[in-house]
Amino acid sequence: MKKLTILYVGRNQEITDTMNRLLNAREEWKGITTCLDEEALVMVKDTHIDLVLLGNGISAVAEEKLRAGLIRVRPALKIIQHYGGGSGLLYGEIMAAFRLGVI
Amino acid sequence: MAQFVLHKGSTRGHANHGWLNAHHTFSFANYHDPERMHFGVLRVLNDDSIDGGMGFGTHPHDNMEIITIPLEGALAHKDSLGTSSVIQHGDIQVMSAGTGVQHSEFNGNADQTVKLLQIWLFPNKKNVTPRYGQITLDITKRHNNFQQILSPDPDDAGVWIHQDAWFSLGTFDENFETDYQIKKQGNGVYAFVIKGSVTIDGHELSTRDGLGIWDTDKISFKFNTPDTEVLLMDVPMKL
Repeated sequence: MKKLTILYVGRNQEITDTMNRLLNAREEWKGITTCLDEEALVMVKDTHIDLVLLGNGISAVAEEKLRAGLIRVRPALKIIQHYGGGSGLLYGEIMAAFRLGVI
Repeated sequence: MAQFVLHKGSTRGHANHGWLNAHHTFSFANYHDPERMHFGVLRVLNDDSIDGGMGFGTHPHDNMEIITIPLEGALAHKDSLGTSSVIQHGDIQVMSAGTGVQHSEFNGNADQTVKLLQIWLFPNKKNVTPRYGQITLDITKRHNNFQQILSPDPDDAGVWIHQDAWFSLGTFDENFETDYQIKKQGNGVYAFVIKGSVTIDGHELSTRDGLGIWDTDKISFKFNTPDTEVLLMDVPMKL
């Protein structure tokens, strides 16, 4: 399996740092993270991203705007919600995203 | 017509980390089964045994309703909201992770295993203010009765969460029979047998088996062993 590059976007810095550690702890994933939507858009433009995880604290309005921006840059980009803020659901969410498209 | 899904206890995911022996009814951590992702909004049902003095160091959560039910022993909890507490059998703990909370959970005894159920539900509202709650219940009131331990209503019995879910616990005599009325249209019930044997709508379940039932409004129970303990989780089926 090729290494997947996964971008996590959240608002809470501590959780975002934890997600960075968790994503990079697995050989098959490369994780990059940010708390800023503008930075996320630049990352998706400049880097090959396989999956975007939307994490904590993103308001409904900001999420809608961010999703629209990401899709504009990369129409086929997979974007899913990450729940739980830790390792418990992460593996299942990523597996499901690549088998089923979107949870 | 009622629909159901049966999860025998022996088919659950299992991870033995030495200090932690965990069984997962639904996909969790490195256990992944696409057929076992959730039952409605019920996403996690973990059955954990933690060795004396051991536990989970500080780690974050967000956007989950997390319920912990100690079965044996004591669990010490500390979190970023300033909570420091110990819960034991008879207590129910709830944490709405919302925008983000950090917590640790350790066995509160050095020389006794703590056994607990940890349950995660998807919330009905994202990014709520994180909150912690716990309650001590009179366990004598669950003899031959489903005692409500959780609801969506802060003024109702038990703890409350950000979801249209109701949990109940009961301990039943052999041959006792009862019905359970589902609380809200569109909800299903996941029954988890903590101990003993019970027949639920014709399905015989043993210790640590789980049965999900939906598209019905009433469920019938016949208890086959003395002191049979059952947890009911009445949850929305639509994510």
